[in-house]
Amino acid sequence: MSSNLKQPLVAALRPALAALIGLSLGVALTAFAGENPWQVFMVILRGALGTPYDAGMTLFYATPLILTGLAVALPYRAGLFNIGAEGQLLMGALAVAVVGVLLPTVSAPMSLLVSVLAAFAAGALWGGIAGWLRAYRGSHEVITTIMLNFIAAGLTSWVVLALIPSQDSQNPESARISANYMLEHFSAFSSAPVTWALPLAVVTALLVWLFLRFTVRGYELKATGLSIDAARFAGINVRFMQMLAMALGGGIAGLVGIAEVCGNSSRFRLGFSPDYGFIGIPVALMARAHPLGAVASALLFAVLQKGTAELDLETTYVTRDLAAIIQAMVVLAVAAEGGFTWLKWRRAKPEVKNHA
Amino acid sequence: MQRHWMGRHLLMSLIAGLLGLTTGRPVWAAPYRVGIVLDKGGKDDKSFNAAAFKGAQEAEKKLGVQTKVLEGRDDNSSEPMLRSLAEKKFDLIFAIGFSQAEAVKKVAAQFPDRHFVIVDSTVSSPNVASVIFEEHEASYLIGALAALTSKTGKVGFVGGMDIPLIRRFQMGYEAGVKGVKPQTKILVNYAGVTGESWNNPPKGKELALTQYNQGVDVIFSAAGATNMGVFDAAEEQKKLAIGCDSNQNWIKPGFVLSSLLKRVDVAVFKIIEDAQKSIFHNGIIKYGLADQGVDFAVDQYNEKLLSPEILKKLASLKADIIAGKIKVPDYYVVAKAK
Repeated sequence: MSSNLKQPLVAALRPALAALIGLSLGVALTAFAGENPWQVFMVILRGALGTPYDAGMTLFYATPLILTGLAVALPYRAGLFNIGAEGQLLMGALAVAVVGVLLPTVSAPMSLLVSVLAAFAAGALWGGIAGWLRAYRGSHEVITTIMLNFIAAGLTSWVVLALIPSQDSQNPESARISANYMLEHFSAFSSAPVTWALPLAVVTALLVWLFLRFTVRGYELKATGLSIDAARFAGINVRFMQMLAMALGGGIAGLVGIAEVCGNSSRFRLGFSPDYGFIGIPVALMARAHPLGAVASALLFAVLQKGTAELDLETTYVTRDLAAIIQAMVVLAVAAEGGFTWLKWRRAKPEVKNHA
Repeated sequence: MQRHWMGRHLLMSLIAGLLGLTTGRPVWAAPYRVGIVLDKGGKDDKSFNAAAFKGAQEAEKKLGVQTKVLEGRDDNSSEPMLRSLAEKKFDLIFAIGFSQAEAVKKVAAQFPDRHFVIVDSTVSSPNVASVIFEEHEASYLIGALAALTSKTGKVGFVGGMDIPLIRRFQMGYEAGVKGVKPQTKILVNYAGVTGESWNNPPKGKELALTQYNQGVDVIFSAAGATNMGVFDAAEEQKKLAIGCDSNQNWIKPGFVLSSLLKRVDVAVFKIIEDAQKSIFHNGIIKYGLADQGVDFAVDQYNEKLLSPEILKKLASLKADIIAGKIKVPDYYVVAKAK
């Protein structure tokens, strides 16, 4: 019992410790630029959490990162590398914008359901295409998802600018969605756009965890990821599982559309995503593809994103690009820690050899 | 020893205080603080944002104000940056570029005792000044210059993003071309419909080469950093191009006929200078040909390309526009009327 409880705790603590080391290293680097690292660290912390508004902006950035982290983590458990979260979230946001503009009369509780379903379905379609191509046509998902990202970018620009363009501004963006679809901002965070999209993202993470941990399908999905041949031999429909993993991942990425369109800008703005889909990759890797870990690592990345924005303002030599350096240090540290564990495991069991 | 030090300290503060009285301004007053949030192009775009940055630097040098220039990285970052500046007690805050209009509207309402300036868009609020440039007026002169210089009777226009702001350049340019040589043919292309079109030199080069191959020999390019591709094409084909926003004559000397100047630097400097003297006008501030807010560039890089007759003609056209004898069509007005 005690080892049962200790193991996941240790498993969570070790990457967290590694992340802390990476963070310290990244901040320590600023000493070379003539800054006081401790001061830099405090600027980041204050910038990210100093006021209710700052904390709200951090949570606002965390919301899409939780979702894209999951969108990468879930297929990863099935042995697939989804780098198409960017395209999938664009499709999700597009679906929300289209529904919100074209069906303005749907009233409040129903509209929420409609927009969530639309976002999920559009993302799932985009992920599912890559999944189907992988499972039944053998096209590698890394290639297809990258290509689908470009198609999504082109398709969304066309729909937004040619079919539902904004009438009241010069920005490349869609018309406003009906007010019925808008989510109210939580008043605790001043005017920062924190909405029900955040709990939605956290609940999604919880659902993914429950799905992987306690359901047969979840077990089959993980089995497919651990060894596809063994899973097939055990009678698991591995092709279906691959497609399912990609579709679910894509659908979850699509939910970013709820946070952005219904929760923030009320429209599809071209280029709204600062590569949420790609930042989801390190978010998932840092969490070792664990759904609940993705929430934690998304929060860390959001703190960096928001906190480092203050650096331009508060320090002389360091700019917000430091965020990229710290992110890289954190990911490297966590990866190094994982490699260390793997080496130890291999040394401990020298008799285990791959004869395939 | 201790007493002695105390005494000196007292004396020093007394002198400082007296000095403060004589200048009317306490000497220990903090410098006037100006924050500037640039558009996504950033301060090195050699064009629109670079002009704003230049204005800020000049103000720092000549007026002794303290400036902080920030660059937005994503669409959602402008609002928190404007807020940070307001919270950190910056006296005057600039938002460069129309894409920040919504953010300025929100933040200005939350900080009624700070002054904001939005460039290229309008926000009506008691503590916001909206700076608008009369781009069409200068575009008319650029059109006349292109038509008078062209030997083939064909001139081109390359726009960045296809939006009303750039249509305004195009419409003024076309009016200028037709105003001096009605038979001239005009080819028009836009780099795209998304934000990418401001920063796509390969596309700019491709469009310019296509136009040059169809007989165009002068192209006016209003496309942000995409202009660099147009200049490349001009050099390659030994034809002429005209830059925009900042003075871009130096980028390819001999191939850049002139540049339409949109003096964001002048506007930024002027507003800071006034604000330092506690003068702040909310509402719309227009910069046109009359106050040199827009103009065309003549310097050592292009003076050999411009003949005295052409310069004379342009000077008289300019005077006519300022005097109201020539009415340049304004896309904003025309589009609204439609």
